[in-house]
Amino acid sequence: MQHPSRALSRRSLLASAAAMAVLAGSADGKSLSGTVPWSPFAGEPPRPVNPLGWYFFNPGEAATIEAIVDRFIPGDHLSPGGKACGCAVYIDRQLAGAFGQASRLYMKGPFMPGLPTQGFQGDLTPAGRYRLGLRALADYTNTTYKKDFRALTAEQQDEVLAGLDGGKITLKLKPGFSSKEFFELMLQNTMEGFFADPLYGGNKNMASWKMIGFPGARYDYRDHIDKHNQPYPNGPVSIYGQV
Amino acid sequence: MKTILKTLAAALAVVAVPAAAQTVNAGKYQVIIGDCEGCHGKDLAGGVELQTPFGKLVSSNITPDKDTGIGNYSAEDFKQAMTKGVAPGGKRLYPAMPYPYYAHLDDRSLTDMWNYLKTVKPVKKSINVNQLRFPYNLRIGMLGWNAMFFHPKPIVQDPAKSAAWNRGAYLVNGPAHCGACHAPKNMFGADKSTALTGTSLQGWFASDLTGDRHAGLGAWSVADIVEYLGTGRSNRSMASGPMAEVVEYSTSQMSNADLTAIAVYLKDLPPSRGNGGAATGVDVQMKAGAVAYDISCAACHGRDGKGSAIFPPLAGNANITQVRADTIVRMVLAGGKAVATPTAPTGPGMPSLGWRLNNDQVANILTYVRNNWGNQAPAVSPETVGRIRGSLRSGS
Amino acid sequence: MARLLPKKDAVIVGLGWTGSILAQQLTEAGLNVVAIERGPWRDTPTDFNIAYVQDELRYAIRKELFLQPNVEAMTMRNNAGQRALPMRDYGSFLPGHGVGGAGVHWNGHTWRFWESDFQIKTHLTRRYGAAKIKNLQLQDWGVTWNEIEHSFDAFEYLCGISGKAGNIKGQIQAGGNPFESPRSREYPTPPMQMSYAPSLFAEAVKGMGYHPFPTPSANLSEAYVNSLGVRMGQCTFCGFCERFACGNYSKSSPQTCVLPVLMKNPNFEARTDCEVLKVNLTQDGKMAKSVTYIDATGTECEQPGDIVLLCAYGLMNVRMMLLSKIGAQYDPVSGQGTVGRNYCYQTSSGARMFFEGKHFNPFIGAGSMGQSMDDFNGDAFDHSKVDFVGGAGLNCVVSNGRPISNRPTMPGSPRWGAKWKQATVDGYQNSMGFSAQGSSYPVRENYLDLDPSYTDRHGRPLLRVTFDFPDNDIAMSHFISGQMEKITKAFNPKFAAVSRIKKGWDSVPYQSTHNTGGAIMGGNPKTSAVNKYLQSWDVPNVFVIGASAFAHNAGLNPTGVVGALAYWAAEAITTKYIKSPGALVHA
Repeated sequence: MQHPSRALSRRSLLASAAAMAVLAGSADGKSLSGTVPWSPFAGEPPRPVNPLGWYFFNPGEAATIEAIVDRFIPGDHLSPGGKACGCAVYIDRQLAGAFGQASRLYMKGPFMPGLPTQGFQGDLTPAGRYRLGLRALADYTNTTYKKDFRALTAEQQDEVLAGLDGGKITLKLKPGFSSKEFFELMLQNTMEGFFADPLYGGNKNMASWKMIGFPGARYDYRDHIDKHNQPYPNGPVSIYGQV
Repeated sequence: MKTILKTLAAALAVVAVPAAAQTVNAGKYQVIIGDCEGCHGKDLAGGVELQTPFGKLVSSNITPDKDTGIGNYSAEDFKQAMTKGVAPGGKRLYPAMPYPYYAHLDDRSLTDMWNYLKTVKPVKKSINVNQLRFPYNLRIGMLGWNAMFFHPKPIVQDPAKSAAWNRGAYLVNGPAHCGACHAPKNMFGADKSTALTGTSLQGWFASDLTGDRHAGLGAWSVADIVEYLGTGRSNRSMASGPMAEVVEYSTSQMSNADLTAIAVYLKDLPPSRGNGGAATGVDVQMKAGAVAYDISCAACHGRDGKGSAIFPPLAGNANITQVRADTIVRMVLAGGKAVATPTAPTGPGMPSLGWRLNNDQVANILTYVRNNWGNQAPAVSPETVGRIRGSLRSGS
Repeated sequence: MARLLPKKDAVIVGLGWTGSILAQQLTEAGLNVVAIERGPWRDTPTDFNIAYVQDELRYAIRKELFLQPNVEAMTMRNNAGQRALPMRDYGSFLPGHGVGGAGVHWNGHTWRFWESDFQIKTHLTRRYGAAKIKNLQLQDWGVTWNEIEHSFDAFEYLCGISGKAGNIKGQIQAGGNPFESPRSREYPTPPMQMSYAPSLFAEAVKGMGYHPFPTPSANLSEAYVNSLGVRMGQCTFCGFCERFACGNYSKSSPQTCVLPVLMKNPNFEARTDCEVLKVNLTQDGKMAKSVTYIDATGTECEQPGDIVLLCAYGLMNVRMMLLSKIGAQYDPVSGQGTVGRNYCYQTSSGARMFFEGKHFNPFIGAGSMGQSMDDFNGDAFDHSKVDFVGGAGLNCVVSNGRPISNRPTMPGSPRWGAKWKQATVDGYQNSMGFSAQGSSYPVRENYLDLDPSYTDRHGRPLLRVTFDFPDNDIAMSHFISGQMEKITKAFNPKFAAVSRIKKGWDSVPYQSTHNTGGAIMGGNPKTSAVNKYLQSWDVPNVFVIGASAFAHNAGLNPTGVVGALAYWAAEAITTKYIKSPGALVHA
């Protein structure tokens, strides 16, 4: 995903160029009158992520996340596992970008503990939450099992994840950021990577879409709308036209 | 509340009718037919850039401003410029100003036009018109050009044809100067012939207007042509690019009788040599094109290529099957926007797909649409797409 | 010092549905109009590219088209005893941003409220007695059905709504909604084709004696030329509708219905990326003279105008009034003041059913492709034996099968691991749902005001939302959930689950962007902020147009009513106000 500020500035440019062409006099800024702005090549197409290397995680964190996404989405006859599908790469790229910096969110203080109905009230960005959460997870497994998470058996890994999910394990985090919230963040992001368009780094070969029968970026189902209770015959398509 | 009341008063005020209103109104209509705004701008103060193979020309200021416009012209000066391509002082105009066509205007039309231009709001705007490359920037060269190519013959009336046909012949070959874009040019930028068989122009392909079934208007009815010119759209195609401007400034404001005349005349043009016929030996391209079309194009243009009330059809759309694919390659890569007119105000746009489709994919899709649903036209090669992509990127 | 700009006849704050309709109507009447829009310019071919709009992560999860909390957030609490905190991300509702506003990414359900809604207090009192509604702050809207019906018609013919009339001039129409109030003519376009789930729903509830009908839809069933001559395409059931912009001109929006004509009008100017900070009043506070805004370059500008139209999202309209001191803040203790009063929401629940061996193909969808029934909506049924008023529309709408958010699994399935995968595969094709969209009635303690602690990027106080589901609405919703449970049995599913609403509105999970009230219309300046023409009682050259004017919220989506109110206000301005500026209703 493009960084919003860049998206904005390109769009600004477009609008102001159009304005110059069409506007007679009047105020500053993006004033549009007399025509509908248009220019060739307009738009903000997404750019596929580079699949190689890590942009946010250090090697230890990356290995831990790879292990976690493989427990959330184990490889089996239905699909390859979360790691093979690129979910860890997806999370890494998200954390290195606008999402990781919480650039969309309201981040002004004061930060005060809230009620569950008031949502997340911590002052950490998602990137900060992962950094702290993974460190605390490493502390926990090293204390409990004398091993890093990635070195645990699959059963032990599931035990830890289930403990976080069910609130039985409490990591040493900070006020306004609970272990359960850390777990939910990782689960949500893993599922995003698994089910999002492959251009974001996960869902390699559209594995999840094939698994459930979602045809992806297709845009026209008029020829199947009245074929009730009949399987849709076509496989998925990605935004970049992969079939 | 004062401004509101003032606005309303202005809207309701009866405009005083000047004595020479009739000739002024007639002159305004001549300006419309001649599409003067297309090059000189809505305010006629010029400054519109025109890319030519010889460099850049910028249109002049034709408002009656005395310093920067044509305020010091006499009626005779104006007529000389319009019909001979010679400005006061003997300065030779470039034929981007289509005087070879305007030469056919009769005296009455020129007088009307002049009377109208005198009433236009003067705009002080100095224009550096000539930005051509050497040696084309030397106006003296136009003497030779005129000697070689400028032989205006009067448009002869054909009594065997209808009045509409004759009016159409006059408009098309005279003031509406269709050939300025639609006639092939020689290496000097002069019309090779007056045949409107289409030509590449500013990164577009100005269509073949002859009676050829695939490349030309053979499949269009008179009503299709009238609707297209009058509104910018018909059930066959939509105007975009340079033609959008022609529709906006000129044809959409022309009378129905004149549009019909143009259509009747165009429908009578003998077919060109065509576009070279259907692509052959392109099974692989066609197959890949069909798949890509289904994913990238069908949601608007339909699997049957018929388009809809809002999106143009690709089946039987002459713009698709021109001899050269410049326009449609450009449309796919950069997107496009149809003209919006008062009677067809939508002006729908085509999104840019150049970021998503590589040259092979574009070539496959276009070869497929040029040879499906009854369309026939030569294949589009990835190299052609690559060349056009390059020229669009560099902005030329 | 703000840069002073030349005066305009009308200054519009926000260029969404209401702003574009008002601008179109006013420019056509000859006024010079400027619309000042906080977000960017957006249009179909340039920004809603059909080859990348179908991006669930970008648009549905990261919410690219929506208002971002860093631009403007709100604080919330469930009651006045709690400390309000900012919603750091929008969740329960998602306001729009940019040209077209929420009209870009809505689903397209286009309803009319009913005759009984506009006179709800009178109607319910007459039918059940005053005691029945004594805990609710219900009040009449000041406008009647007969007055405003043609404004609904105008909006529907602008949009090309696809549907089937149920009541034309009092004649009940087969296949339509028999509970709707009389309309003057049929919908502009026929109903959409239906996929499997809504067809099953219609069959099932019809078998129970109810009255299903096609959900009135702004996803068009066929190509259409609207009342301004603008053409629209046919919906292709792409399944990227709500939260997304339409890539092929088949969903009604300001872009597809109004802007092509409006932008060509030389009397109109749009200024984008310009955020209005406040409306400036004359010293006596009785007239608006200008608005102050920050333009795209960061310069502060002052735009004078004879009329100021607040056409932002309803909640922002209320905040703009409070920031500008247009009218007095509502006080839930004393009941005094009007701005912030009668904030309402929507009271919803859902049913999900699981089958075996089905192919529901949930990805074949459109925002409003579905079947609805109003047998339990509003006052369509007798409330004399139940302990609540109001009701819910039941809707089986298949809007999408986008898998990041929409992959139901059988209740009790794990949320990750191998068993989760199998459950996901089983649930995706084998489940269908329907939902209840319930009314939300005003109570004294639900209201809007300015937050005392939190501010936006310009240092202005955020809006504070104090809201919880009233007991009346919870009772209503539980009754509806009970009916839904009965309905699920008619499908004979392997398993069915119906949700039940709880006290304690949660701002995190998405529920509905149908926030209403706060600047309500009415006949009495003591209990309403604007009169029946949406004109401020206190500052008569300010009109406040949007769902902020709803005196309560019904079990129906609000956009049809918002569009009608826009036409209604425009008519008042162009036919009454400009002839004789001043208060159109004398209190």
